[in-house]
Amino acid sequence: MIEGSSHLGFVVAAYAVAAVTIVSLVARAVLMRRHVRRALERAGAPARGRAA
Amino acid sequence: MSTSFPTALWASLTGLANPARFSRFADRATPILAVLAVLVTVAGLYMSFNAPADYQQGETVRIMFIHVPAAWLSMAFYMAMSVSALGTLVWRHPLADVSQRAAAPVGAAFTLLCLVTGSLWGRPTWGTYWAWDVRLTSVLILFLIYCGILGLWRAIDDPGRAARAVAILTLVGLINIPIIRESVNYWNTLHQPASVLRLGGSSIHPSMLWPLLVMAVGMTLLGAALHVAGMRTELMKRRLRTLEILKADRLEREALS
Repeated sequence: MIEGSSHLGFVVAAYAVAAVTIVSLVARAVLMRRHVRRALERAGAPARGRAA
Repeated sequence: MSTSFPTALWASLTGLANPARFSRFADRATPILAVLAVLVTVAGLYMSFNAPADYQQGETVRIMFIHVPAAWLSMAFYMAMSVSALGTLVWRHPLADVSQRAAAPVGAAFTLLCLVTGSLWGRPTWGTYWAWDVRLTSVLILFLIYCGILGLWRAIDDPGRAARAVAILTLVGLINIPIIRESVNYWNTLHQPASVLRLGGSSIHPSMLWPLLVMAVGMTLLGAALHVAGMRTELMKRRLRTLEILKADRLEREALS
């Protein structure tokens, strides 16, 4: 351990990276689902309740 | 006649093998998993920031509450992908490659999160962001395997052929998981030995262990929600692809007639 500092910057950076990663994963899931659902609706198939 | 719990569980799991039934299950399960993930993670964050600072590491020990769950999930997702790979190659399960395809990006993201947070923890603790140590290098290899799997999915157009190729690559890469797990026990590394999941019980004080476990449960619920939602989207994509192929066939027949 390097002494003389609380190294809070590293903690903040780590939590910021975690927040960005998790928000990106959630946004990717939501946007991809919305995109595919719209494409299915354009193709004339209901997106809910049925699958391939 | 009453059925035993294992029989009922097996029946419900095999019932979900039907894509239409799985889609209905995913539509109900995803919001429940997402809400539970948010609640448990918020509780975990509250506990993490109220845990005492470490007597040696000070505040930097709080990085552990995201680094360790990310590391567990990076391996858990790979194990789930390996089971799915067996499902693709051995049992030809209709959802196996769907599960594998949905798990790969989530597993890759958790592995990258593990590497970056580990690096940010390493600088104040070890005095370096990176060392070519067995544990660090084997986790980097895991991340590269995830990247290879994602690349292979994109490189092959035929979904069936892509699924088989990815399944083989996944099972070859499985050898890396015990290396990651045991690297800190068999080799002399910078990384500390296992301190939670080990024979003889955890060596972490309960004031830090409980926030860590709650964060692990919260992030696991988040991973499960993302996985189930990803599988549902993948099923919709395949339906869209089938519709597009049928439409192209119809247009071709109309042009020829």
